[in-house]
Amino acid sequence: MALLQIAEPGMSAAPHQHRLAVGIDLGTTNSLVATVRSGMSVVLSDDDGRPLLPSIVRYSGTGEVEVGYIALAHQCTDPQNTIVSVKRFMGRGLKDIPHTHEMPYKFVDAPGMVQIKTCAGAKSPVEISADILKALRARAEKALGGELVGAVITVPAYFDDAQRQATKDAARLAGLNVLRLLNEPTAAAVAYGLDNASEGVYAVYDLGGGTFDISILRLQKGVFEVLATSGDSALGGDDFDRRVFCWALEQSTLSPLNAQDTRLLMAKAREVKEELTYHGETRFTAVLSTGEMVDLPITSPLLAELTQGLVKKTLTPTRKALRDAGLTPEDIKGVVMVGGATRMPHIQRAVAEFFKQTPLTNLDPDKVVALGAAIQADILAGNKRGEEVLLLDVIPLSLGIETMGGLVEKVIPRNATIPTARGQDFTTYKDGQTAMSFHVVQGERELVSDCRSLARFELRGIPPMVAGAARIRLTFQVDADGLLSVSAREQISGVEAAISVKPSYGLSDDEITNMLLASRDHANDDKLARALKEQQVEATAILEAVASAMAADSALLAPHERAAIEASMGALKKTMNGTDHRAIKAAVDALNHATEAFAALRMDASIRKALTGQKLADIGT
Amino acid sequence: MIDFSKNHFQLFGLEPAFQLDLARVEQSYRDIQAQVHPDKFSHAPDAERRLSMQWSTHVNEAYQTLKQPISRARYLLKLHGVDTLEETNTAMPADFLMEQMEWREAIGEAKDAADAAGLDHLGAKLRQAMHHLQDDVGRRLDQSHDYPGAAEAVRKLRFLEKLREEINDALEALEA
Repeated sequence: MALLQIAEPGMSAAPHQHRLAVGIDLGTTNSLVATVRSGMSVVLSDDDGRPLLPSIVRYSGTGEVEVGYIALAHQCTDPQNTIVSVKRFMGRGLKDIPHTHEMPYKFVDAPGMVQIKTCAGAKSPVEISADILKALRARAEKALGGELVGAVITVPAYFDDAQRQATKDAARLAGLNVLRLLNEPTAAAVAYGLDNASEGVYAVYDLGGGTFDISILRLQKGVFEVLATSGDSALGGDDFDRRVFCWALEQSTLSPLNAQDTRLLMAKAREVKEELTYHGETRFTAVLSTGEMVDLPITSPLLAELTQGLVKKTLTPTRKALRDAGLTPEDIKGVVMVGGATRMPHIQRAVAEFFKQTPLTNLDPDKVVALGAAIQADILAGNKRGEEVLLLDVIPLSLGIETMGGLVEKVIPRNATIPTARGQDFTTYKDGQTAMSFHVVQGERELVSDCRSLARFELRGIPPMVAGAARIRLTFQVDADGLLSVSAREQISGVEAAISVKPSYGLSDDEITNMLLASRDHANDDKLARALKEQQVEATAILEAVASAMAADSALLAPHERAAIEASMGALKKTMNGTDHRAIKAAVDALNHATEAFAALRMDASIRKALTGQKLADIGT
Repeated sequence: MIDFSKNHFQLFGLEPAFQLDLARVEQSYRDIQAQVHPDKFSHAPDAERRLSMQWSTHVNEAYQTLKQPISRARYLLKLHGVDTLEETNTAMPADFLMEQMEWREAIGEAKDAADAAGLDHLGAKLRQAMHHLQDDVGRRLDQSHDYPGAAEAVRKLRFLEKLREEINDALEALEA
């Protein structure tokens, strides 16, 4: 029985048992899952040994969902129900998405985020992404032989709050515990940094299927400090395919294309682009459903010419990031290339020319993000205690508030290191005003209409005062995932309003829990069993954490404080073997509460220790 | 819970002064973040996670304030009870305002001529001017303790910072 308990998935019975955690690169074109095994970060392949999972989902009328290569095979025959590059739609409204007329989908303009009508009903990009994540989760749990403790999911550094929130929702909908959202270039730097033990300032040039990111990082003694990041969240390898596709259309005289033929020619364009990475010339050949034939020769110089505008478009954010970091190309010690699109020789030439050095390509540009995410997941899951790795990331776009005349007042500037918080004071503009509404936006432009609207909320119950007398403090807090929450408080009366900034499509925690339970299609008993097990896992985790904190630092506590914590621990130990998940939760909360002051003391002590250690080191040198 | 009574200099174990060993600030910053960052607490109880985010936020704020010369000077003046009044006090010496007009004209001309090299050159010249002013602020703060004079120099720096933003915006517009 005891043996069985140790093997219970998700339970960390032994303190140093390896916790199963993965890094997931949820890409526009392909997705990957990786984990750290015996100290090495490895990508987990499917049963056929293929590491990539095409980010393609196909819905059928029978409720069946196909993901990956199997869906890829249907993209030309069933284009309306086979969704490719869904990442481009994450957190986006219909009007935000370019080229919708070239896409075979039936879009539904839902509030906040677009949806796609399929034969299985309207699907939001969050649900479609969750289906990709579920497939990766299943692959990982099969390969690792147990339930995952958590996952690090990567996002483009240039993703805004709505796109990040959508990604996190998708992960939770797939039943994944999100340890952290990690910026893709930072993940790539981790993969490179740890393998090469590099120090200095590096640039990460990340051209994915649908997004472009550039990050400037300083690496020093295991600390990865992002100095600046920039990019274009609507520029990627897909756009190169489209240029080839448009060229092929111009060169041929075809009757108007149906959805299938559009998809066929787009797929062909991608193939041609990939072939030209390794060969100087190839042919664009396709037979359409109408019987028409396309057969055109194309060379790599022609591809370079067709797409030189796109390559140039990546250098504008690159210059901006360098300027924000206060650096010039000469200051950059190395350039890391990420994303399959960076295999194109003319991109490598352009980057080499700009930075005046040959970019680093020794890690597979398709895998490097997932490999780095896995390393971070391993650390966050607690498998590498004491390892000196620290990621200091930044927020990519400024956050602000709408003021009079539709102008934006910036509250948190772009490239601020996260977590970060900033307060801003406002006042009433009318006598006796009792409510004030706020509009939170993200972007660099001066006009609200040019920025992304994140949320609107209202502070009510302000006591009537003369105009200008109320003192309303608005606080923006961005957490380590780059997600924003905002609170407003009238300072004199203490009236408060707080929101987690969720775009209007955003799912509440309860909704996600319900969807999860519904999707599992479990009977009521199962739900209870699951809730019980989750609370027991939680209880084990907190008991373990408190026990190790007590072992290390109980000297900081007075005897009665120690006794109070021990009593709470005892109560939880007793409750957790029962069957009442609510009672266990109450005991967990009680222990949480009992350790608050202790946690603060430990934090203070660790800071003092950090500074003392440094002074000793100074004396030593 | 957080001991906010410590000022940013004390937080990093430093004496309050404009002239700082920035390498030392950086090292302290990294050492403290290595202790308090949320990544170190992903499995901790809620209370510790909350504290970690608050501390990490606070340390980021302190580091950013001390790292940039203008915000460092502003903060030091605040510790000495002097408000720099950047929003309200716009009375600047006439010769300084003349210089400002000349800067603006030069930037405007380079912008109209789409002269990126000219803008770069102006940017370099501006950096130099800012360095001079920063040295001046440092002398007033650390040596002569002329706080009103330092506050005026900070206000001047703020003007130059706006010019720098203008040059950067112009360069960005040219690149696009």
